Amino acid sequence: MSSDVKNILIVGVGGQGIILATDVLAQVLVSTEYDVKMSEIHGMSQRGGSVNAMIRFGTKVYSPVIEKGKADYTIAFEQLEALRWSNYLKPGGKLIMNSERIKPLPVLMGNAEYPTNIIERLKQKDLELVEVEANKLAEEAGSKKTANIVLLGCLANFLPIRKEVWHSYIERRVPPKTVEINKMAFDIGYSLLVKAAD
Amino acid sequence: MKVLLSGNESIAHGAHTAGVTIATGYPGTPSTEILEALSRYEDVDTSWAPNEKVALEVGIGASLGGARVLVTMKHVGLNVAADPLFTLAYTGVNGGIVIVSADDPGMHSSQNEQDNRYYAKAAKVPMFEPSDSQEAAFLMDEAFKISENFDIPVIIRTTTRVNHSKSLVNVDIERVVRKLGYKKNAKKYVMIPANAKERRKLLESKLSALAEYSECFSGNRVEWGSSNTGFITSGISYQYVKELYPNASVLKLTMTYPLPRRLITEFINQVEETIVVEELEPYLEEQIKSWGLQVSGKQYIPNMGELSPDIIAASLGSKDEELELPDDGGLPVRPPMLCAGCPHRGVFYTLRRLKLIVTGDIGCYTLGVLPPLESMDSCVCMGASIGNAMGLQKATGRKDVVAVIGDSTFIHSGITPLIDIVYNQGASTVIILDNRTTAMTGRQDHPGTGRTLKGIESRELDLERLVRAVGVESVQVIDPYDLKAVKKVIKEETGKDEPSVIIFKRACLLVEKSKATPFAVNEKCNGCKACLKLGCPAISWESGKAVIEPSQCAGCEVCVQLCRKGAIVKYE
Repeated sequence: MSSDVKNILIVGVGGQGIILATDVLAQVLVSTEYDVKMSEIHGMSQRGGSVNAMIRFGTKVYSPVIEKGKADYTIAFEQLEALRWSNYLKPGGKLIMNSERIKPLPVLMGNAEYPTNIIERLKQKDLELVEVEANKLAEEAGSKKTANIVLLGCLANFLPIRKEVWHSYIERRVPPKTVEINKMAFDIGYSLLVKAAD
Repeated sequence: MKVLLSGNESIAHGAHTAGVTIATGYPGTPSTEILEALSRYEDVDTSWAPNEKVALEVGIGASLGGARVLVTMKHVGLNVAADPLFTLAYTGVNGGIVIVSADDPGMHSSQNEQDNRYYAKAAKVPMFEPSDSQEAAFLMDEAFKISENFDIPVIIRTTTRVNHSKSLVNVDIERVVRKLGYKKNAKKYVMIPANAKERRKLLESKLSALAEYSECFSGNRVEWGSSNTGFITSGISYQYVKELYPNASVLKLTMTYPLPRRLITEFINQVEETIVVEELEPYLEEQIKSWGLQVSGKQYIPNMGELSPDIIAASLGSKDEELELPDDGGLPVRPPMLCAGCPHRGVFYTLRRLKLIVTGDIGCYTLGVLPPLESMDSCVCMGASIGNAMGLQKATGRKDVVAVIGDSTFIHSGITPLIDIVYNQGASTVIILDNRTTAMTGRQDHPGTGRTLKGIESRELDLERLVRAVGVESVQVIDPYDLKAVKKVIKEETGKDEPSVIIFKRACLLVEKSKATPFAVNEKCNGCKACLKLGCPAISWESGKAVIEPSQCAGCEVCVQLCRKGAIVKYE
């Protein structure tokens, strides 16, 4: 794979705002003069299925697809999906995981158990886990619908792009009435890791 | 200026700058967003046709009238439009015609993964395969020029990864519109045998000229590298090859019908070994081998499913297996499911309880095959449910055969088989799940909604009057939320010795958001699991009791009707 290309994988469940978050991230990266490619599959997945979006950026990007073991960062909007996609991270890669748990159909029906040991299983892997209570933090920002932007704020810590740039693309992408709430959500996510490092 | 566009947005952008004034198609993943994006331009007449055949026929008429025309569809849609396509190759065009066939390798959202490149060869029309969004935009302009210069329709064949991936596109190109006008020319456009025989000969000479064009076309190019292995590839596979083997010599084919035979021969002669990397069938490989040239391809690379750099590397033995990380096995799957409050749910629940044979069709409601509803016996293609029901009834002599079809699918291709049932004295019951939209592909309007793609109010197709007009006398329109009424009407209509139609009419909640109060489960729940048989995402099983998540609940009250303990009550 090309040397300077970075890979970001975003996974979760249909309806969690993954497409919007991915759009903002992609636009921010485009503004940095990188070559950017993004791949998402929609269709059947809209109906509450497992959803993923892949973003790759660097001097020159060919494939829009991220392979297993190649993601630098993964944002998981949901715990079970975090575990399901954890082997896409490269050794030592960063996993930003929302603590939300959404039961898939077999669990809803009582035919399967939602795994109870996800965090332990993830901690045994060669990855750096950042767990975020994004739904709770989103409510603090003013709307639980902004959990996607809280998570984006966390990711922003690892990317060499100024906060103002993120703000300006959030402004362009979210409904006008929710701009301030979304910016707040981003800041909460952004400051989370700064605090952790202190 | 460069902007990030999906393949579909880019095709729309390219079509606009190429001067398309009329565009039509039928929604189908992964093609749908092309017309949606194009409909935002005021100077393009965009519309949803009832099906792909009609779309192409409207396109042919518009071309006769001098317009540049774009017609879009998913791969299986081209099966429906194949009839006009094969003869359109003979007549040729006036204004250029470009047909986008969006294939779905891996069947992300389709019933098969047919390789539509064979259509170009079979219908004898030129074809292009873009590898990313920028190329898709560029090819629209090229395709229209070729269509008009060579007097022939052109297929742009895309795949899901190209349609739905985003990459940077230069959008600084100005739109140019040419006006051609209509000229009567019966010898060219009226395909009676005498005329068709002449056009048939002409088509062969056009293909020879197009083959010459393909030799020099800039999109068919060699990118020389340092290694002795050469790759021949097209479409998204080109990106995967470049990703994996940056030093290899690559012949990138963008015009893949007719193929540039001399260019390919010279390339093969200059490398030690040639591998053809293509998704799905050995379309390129077979043609190259038929010229007596030595290449390999499908002996290593699978002809099923989507390719990826990983799959190609593993097939060609260049993968570092030690880096492979195991999957986390045994995790509960997360299949797609009908939304909370979906009007289809109660119908499928009832069909299962009544143990009927159910022939299904294409749409969200095909999810009725999955547990716990599990009430579907067949699903083949758009409109097939009704003919399937007729045949099953003939073969088994059973009256309890029910066809289930959505409103948009019924209009697409369910009307003619219903006429067959009436004409040939069948007695099947046809259920139309009328949710007032084309839901699966993302809520597109259709004749039954009375609104066009441009959002203009139109004459609404009255399904009840339509089915009565074809001769069905027993027709009932029922609210699918009323479980008692659903059961009663299905029992009534399947008991009759005549054709019947039940229209379950209620709007999809993605179109009309529910304003109903959500429900919750109180302490009266005895854990009988009756409500869980609905497979509703708002209802779950926790410590021996049912639980409803109020933020998920749409308040449809279908589960309330199943609860014998009265434990499901309004959430205060």
